[in-house]
Amino acid sequence: MLVIRRFEERVEELFSKGLIAGTAHPAIGQEATAVGVCDSLRKGDYVTSTHRGHGHFIACGGDPSRIMAELFGKETGYSRGRGGSQVMADFKLGFLGANGITGGSIALATGAALSLKQKGTQGLVVCFFGDGAANQGSFHESLNMAAIWKVPVLFVCENNRYAMSMNVEDSMAITDIARRADSYGIPGTAVDGNDLRAVLDVTRKACRRARDGEGPTLIECKTYRRSGHSRGDPRKYRSREEEQAWARRDPIAALAKTLRREGILSSEVDQEIKANVRRIVSAAVKFAKQSPDPDPATLLDGVTV
Amino acid sequence: MRTISYSDALREALTEELRRDGNVFVMGEDIGPYGGAFGVTRGMLDTFGPQRVIDTPISEAGFVGIAVGASLMGSRPVVEIMFMDFIPLAMDPIVNQAAKLRYVYGPQAKCPIVIRAAAGGGRRYGPTHSQTFESWFMHTPGLTVVAPATPADAKGLLKSAIRDDNPVIFIEQKSLYSTRGPVPKTSRTTIPIGKARIAVEGEDITIIGWGRGAIEAEAAAAQLEEDGIRAEVLDLRTLKPLDMQTIAESVRKTGRVIITDESPRVCSVSSEIGCRIFEDVFDYLDAPIKRVTTPDVPIPASPILEDAALPGRADIVRAARELTG
Repeated sequence: MLVIRRFEERVEELFSKGLIAGTAHPAIGQEATAVGVCDSLRKGDYVTSTHRGHGHFIACGGDPSRIMAELFGKETGYSRGRGGSQVMADFKLGFLGANGITGGSIALATGAALSLKQKGTQGLVVCFFGDGAANQGSFHESLNMAAIWKVPVLFVCENNRYAMSMNVEDSMAITDIARRADSYGIPGTAVDGNDLRAVLDVTRKACRRARDGEGPTLIECKTYRRSGHSRGDPRKYRSREEEQAWARRDPIAALAKTLRREGILSSEVDQEIKANVRRIVSAAVKFAKQSPDPDPATLLDGVTV
Repeated sequence: MRTISYSDALREALTEELRRDGNVFVMGEDIGPYGGAFGVTRGMLDTFGPQRVIDTPISEAGFVGIAVGASLMGSRPVVEIMFMDFIPLAMDPIVNQAAKLRYVYGPQAKCPIVIRAAAGGGRRYGPTHSQTFESWFMHTPGLTVVAPATPADAKGLLKSAIRDDNPVIFIEQKSLYSTRGPVPKTSRTTIPIGKARIAVEGEDITIIGWGRGAIEAEAAAAQLEEDGIRAEVLDLRTLKPLDMQTIAESVRKTGRVIITDESPRVCSVSSEIGCRIFEDVFDYLDAPIKRVTTPDVPIPASPILEDAALPGRADIVRAARELTG
């Protein structure tokens, strides 16, 4: 969780300095959903992600250095500079890709899970998406088909309260997106997405159900995007008071507090973790800066027709 | 050689590929007990069962996306779009997802999906059940576009498309489903993607078509022969990659070109072919290129109006006489 947090903070900083071009959507504040869900998976499982996907990728074991290099548009990035922040994948890690289209991955995840089911594997697919994507047609079409075919997929909605600038209360007439599961005859659970253990618990149940051949589950993780939507978002659509209230519910601080209270996290270990994370993120930035740019002569590599 | 219909040929290709490779499955609307709106998958549910012949709800964006996702896992889905007019509903999974996967994710990503779409007019179905959209897909890097005219090519190209590791848009013109022609019985014959067919050899003028257009061009060539005009007919079979070599060779020989295209004229496949001929073999042209296309108009339902909209053999003959006269 801390790697994701520090990584995203560095991304924001590098953007403001103009060292990263294009766009990126940091997942600061949503780390517990990424880690809680991905920690419940095993080999042979797959994950699809969203435009806000660095955290999911890191939680799946993605190399922060190669992710950062992709943000820098470098040859050593996961997509050799062709994808940028929203388009990278490592199938060997089970990470089938972020997605630049809101809701674009929901049907893909369902199809990947259908294929796993056809092949008779025990694998499943986790599909991350946001509250915004829950209003796309592909959400409804995919949940319906996943339900009728009992496809082993977990639909994990990270409800961070904002679809770019639109408050979830203005974009839908219900309070719990999880209730939409009723329409498709599948279980739907809303959970505190900032509580790592709660996320783990709900995910494990849904995984068991999927592996037992009972089909999909819709999990709504209620969380908060603490940063702006992307670079240069002045966040005029919400109050600083609201942000401060959610800052007090920060998932990393909450976990650290619990672990300290339980005597699991000593201050030495805490310091050690923080130092480690600093090293990982600094190394990622260094790797990205030092990596070569893609050769323009390779522009057409991978264009099949 | 035995003679079978275009739809029978497609069914044979699907059946043979489902038998050959356990990763192949078909999905679409009403393809199960109903057998597909045009009967292509008739009987296949009984042979292969519901795991491999999947009837879908009416959710084009959803099931095309599902097919793309399944293809990432090594499945080889063949999706039927009942009318190509419905394909705009599924543009995101095709254009933003399938077409880009190989380019952005490198060799780890294979997307062996075939999207079969029933296209074209002539059946009086009106403006939302008669269209052809091949140019949209040609315009998207990463998509192969195939449009066979004969039963033999329908079978051989569908088999090649299913074996291709990248997404293929497979266009079946509705007016061709009942047409018959010789088709090899063996399951081994395939037709390579990217190779045009010289349907008729000639020296005086080149007529380029595909799908129904190629059939109309052949009929026009027969009429022109009575006037002493020897037309060469190229049936493109594949639109992307475009077989420019065969086109250029023919144009160098004849110096005159007609392109017939059933889609509206502006930014159509015929526009691209015309431009490529100018770029590659301009010096060999003895006359301006002529296009015989549908005007920029939706396809009307009335038989009289639809016939006025769609290009046919008489239009091609007229254009050829103007060019050679």
